[in-house]
Amino acid sequence: MIEVRNLYKSLAGQPVLNGIDIDIKEGEILTILGGSGVGKSVFLKNIIGLLKPDRGSIRIDGVEAVGLKAKELAAIQAKFGMVFQGGALFDSLTVAENVAFGMKRLSSHSPEVINKKVTDYLSMVRLEGVEDKLPESLSIGMKRRVSLARSIATEPKYIFYDEPTTGLDPITTDVICKLFLDLQKKLDITSVMVTHDIPTAYKISDRIALIHEGRIAEVDTVKEFKNSANEYVRNFIDINTRVLKT
Amino acid sequence: MNKGNIINSMQSSLTQSLESFGGAADMVRKISLLIFKKPDEPANILKQMVRVGVNSIPIVLLSSFFTGMVLALQSGVASIRLLNQPVFMGSLVAFSMVLELGPVLTAMVIAGRVGASITAETGTMKVSEQLDALYMLGTTPEKYLGVPLFIATIIMVPILTLIADIVGITGGYIAAVTNFDVPGSVYINEIVSYLKIVHVFNGLIKSAVFGFIIVTVSCYKGFTTSGGAEGVGESTTRAVVYSMIFILISDYFLSMLLNSLGMV
Repeated sequence: MIEVRNLYKSLAGQPVLNGIDIDIKEGEILTILGGSGVGKSVFLKNIIGLLKPDRGSIRIDGVEAVGLKAKELAAIQAKFGMVFQGGALFDSLTVAENVAFGMKRLSSHSPEVINKKVTDYLSMVRLEGVEDKLPESLSIGMKRRVSLARSIATEPKYIFYDEPTTGLDPITTDVICKLFLDLQKKLDITSVMVTHDIPTAYKISDRIALIHEGRIAEVDTVKEFKNSANEYVRNFIDINTRVLKT
Repeated sequence: MNKGNIINSMQSSLTQSLESFGGAADMVRKISLLIFKKPDEPANILKQMVRVGVNSIPIVLLSSFFTGMVLALQSGVASIRLLNQPVFMGSLVAFSMVLELGPVLTAMVIAGRVGASITAETGTMKVSEQLDALYMLGTTPEKYLGVPLFIATIIMVPILTLIADIVGITGGYIAAVTNFDVPGSVYINEIVSYLKIVHVFNGLIKSAVFGFIIVTVSCYKGFTTSGGAEGVGESTTRAVVYSMIFILISDYFLSMLLNSLGMV
């Protein structure tokens, strides 16, 4: 379980997170919604230690993660997998080398086992025969799936997705959503997804949180979120619904 | 701009410069601690040595060969004007190449060719979140990229300098023999008589320091790049310019230091 309390973060002198309070429960899919630039990705990066909070507390499985030294932080980071927005695949490595990268460093598997697992994880994200390709030859949807395979290959407890469906066509978005749900069942993981794509959030989430002005404006189950009385939540949903209709 | 604005602007520049020096020093500290530990990917060190060293040989050969020839040509003409005969051409070319031109010219070439490519590559990795991905996959940018680049650059720049010294002196030999009819044995004899091994070491120590400057500036600018493709371009330009400035400044102080240690 991840407990975030009173989390503050400024970037270049501008406050981005203004006292975030939220619990991320084990085994759930939590979606963080919010407009562009409200700090959704900054929130994720603070939890996984890629950014240092200005103040506040982040407890991961009971361990305070804020203020840890590099070595202790690395042990915490090993619990996480992250699917970055653009995939963040290593350009100079093949797909297979990308997927094997984390396993080589974070597991004690032999090279033969790693090779076998690379194929298994790639087929889990419905990619076959791409092992020897370089990332530049893949579509954005394929890159995200390779990134997902690379993240789950280290067998993390938590997986964070940063805008996984942005820029994808509806069919590929649907494939990615089904993939998330499938992996969630198979791997017994806790997932946090950051997006501004409301239909995707409704489709796959157990709970939805909405960030507004650096705080959590609302966090609830999908059903409760849809019927929220919070004025900002209502506006956010209405505007997005109108945009989708046009 | 009024006086207050000027002072504020100077304060801001000073703060930024100090932050950059602090950041670069912290990066060097982290890499120094990792350099003697088991490498993250041993093959990467060899790969970077090829990239920094082997792939730079043609441009180093070309620049040092013609520099040696020009040196011989100019010194020959000057000595004919002054003394009516071409004298001390071998020692002049050899001392110039070994003490100054070999290390500085090679460092400039490497700063432009390799330093720019290091910053462009690491900067692109930074803006596309590949450096963040390294943390999530059990390593760090310092360990995966910094250590191999530091080892490769600090070893390969002196080796390239030694090649530049030899090729430059050879270029000078060809120019002296063909343009001024200086007997080859005289040219070589002057070098053997006056040039000591300590002079070669003087140049190699300088070149190792220049290599350190190039890789530190290039990695730091790459690791701290922001602002997308435009930011990568800006970081790359700055890395090359700063490397060259620091090389020239440090050359003066290193020369003073090595002179005071009797290495001339």
